[in-house]
Amino acid sequence: MFSFQVGSLLNIVLILGVVLTLAALLIWMERRLLGFFNDRVGPNRVGPFGILQSVADVVKLITKEDWVPPFADKLTFIVAPMIIPIVMLLSFAMIPFAPGVGIIDMNIGLLFVMAMAGLASYSAMLGGIASNNKFALLGGLRAAGQMISYEVFMGVSILGVVILSDSFSLRGIVEAQQDGWYVIPQFIGFIVFMVAALAESHRWPFDLPEGEAEIISGFNTEYSGMKFGLFFVGEYIGMLLMACLIPVLFFGGWHAPFGLEFGNEIISGVFWMGAKTMLFVCFFILVRAALARPRYDQLMSYGWLVMLPLSLLNLLITGAIVLIQGS
Amino acid sequence: MLKIFLHQLNIIWSQIVSLWLVFLHLFHKSDTVEYPDVKPHMFPRWRGRIILTRDPDGEERCVACNLCAVACPVDCIALQKTEDEDGRWYPEFFRINFSRCIMCGFCEEACPTHAIQLTPDFEMAEYVRQDMVWEKEHMLIDGTGKYHDYNFYKVAGKAIGGKGKGEALDELPPTDRRSLMP
Repeated sequence: MFSFQVGSLLNIVLILGVVLTLAALLIWMERRLLGFFNDRVGPNRVGPFGILQSVADVVKLITKEDWVPPFADKLTFIVAPMIIPIVMLLSFAMIPFAPGVGIIDMNIGLLFVMAMAGLASYSAMLGGIASNNKFALLGGLRAAGQMISYEVFMGVSILGVVILSDSFSLRGIVEAQQDGWYVIPQFIGFIVFMVAALAESHRWPFDLPEGEAEIISGFNTEYSGMKFGLFFVGEYIGMLLMACLIPVLFFGGWHAPFGLEFGNEIISGVFWMGAKTMLFVCFFILVRAALARPRYDQLMSYGWLVMLPLSLLNLLITGAIVLIQGS
Repeated sequence: MLKIFLHQLNIIWSQIVSLWLVFLHLFHKSDTVEYPDVKPHMFPRWRGRIILTRDPDGEERCVACNLCAVACPVDCIALQKTEDEDGRWYPEFFRINFSRCIMCGFCEEACPTHAIQLTPDFEMAEYVRQDMVWEKEHMLIDGTGKYHDYNFYKVAGKAIGGKGKGEALDELPPTDRRSLMP
């Protein structure tokens, strides 16, 4: 029970604690890094290097009035922000962090993660509808449209990996990358998945559901206090999840690059997995700092006219090569 | 077809370039001045907190002429003239409402005795609005401010206790009209 086996209590407690702490730290880290990218310093007053900024934010959010607008649909309004952190945390149960570190190994782990990521959009949609506010509704609509169009080629882009590894289990996929990371044969798939992951976690430049320049704050316009905080934390957990999925699917998960393995395989695995995840988190933040938000029609045409054909082409070529090699 | 393809490639390339350029900013020095920790250099002529100065003898310079109150565009200065036993004029009270003051420095320019002066101090925030109304004892300093040698009553013709008519610096004795013959 207290050893490093998949599904042991130690694993569950550690992973839950680390993920929640990291999600809170990410808020600080993102603001700090954005500050550096913008030649500013970012939050540096609370605690050493401002590291306790998220604690201060949480205290502020919790002590705020928990207000439900009188014109809102009360039940849906309260349920909507709960969905996103729950489904994002559920997805984390699938992620293999190292040999023997993980919460559960489903043979359909990848599908489960995709399904949960799809469910997360209900948070934005329900929040948008329940707010009974035109800007929130527009944000919810945008979230729905974006989710439908980007979910499609997100699923298609990872099918190449599934074909190569012959497995839907995330642990199986990582183990199949023992001899070579899938980023090399599946480079197009990686690029497409990266873009879809940005869109899926509502990260910039695909944060149109909350495009504050056009629709105030989109689906969370009417939210305040800890309900807004749940949306916020949920999105950061989602970002962390996507940053975990990319190494798992394309960058060999816990496998060390260039044979740089050290010590115990669990320690080495967790270290390399964490390092890769943090690299992609930093990349997401860099993308936020650097790229401008597209128009909504550009987002749609980009998704359907460029990304979907690209991912289908990738799937077609990968399937053909695997078939030829197999026969 | 090829043209469209090249155009799209160009767009993607420009995105990659901007990612790289923004990444390079990680190694730039931050432009922020961390104000409470790092104080900015204030120039001596900065128009900030208003003070009332004393002449080199340690007496109040202000002669309560009201020129500053007249010059003030927002009417934030109020004062009342009174006189001591030597015949020196001085303000009975001198009040500046800093919640109205716009630090224009007109009062300093209007002052005939260099009494009212503006200083480079700007940190005057208060939690209670009433605390922004300053009285004479808050503004009166012991020194001479920016003009160290100027002493109004030493150069003015007005007779005060200890200095009669014609005894001021560069002042001739009063002319005796009866002996003033062509």
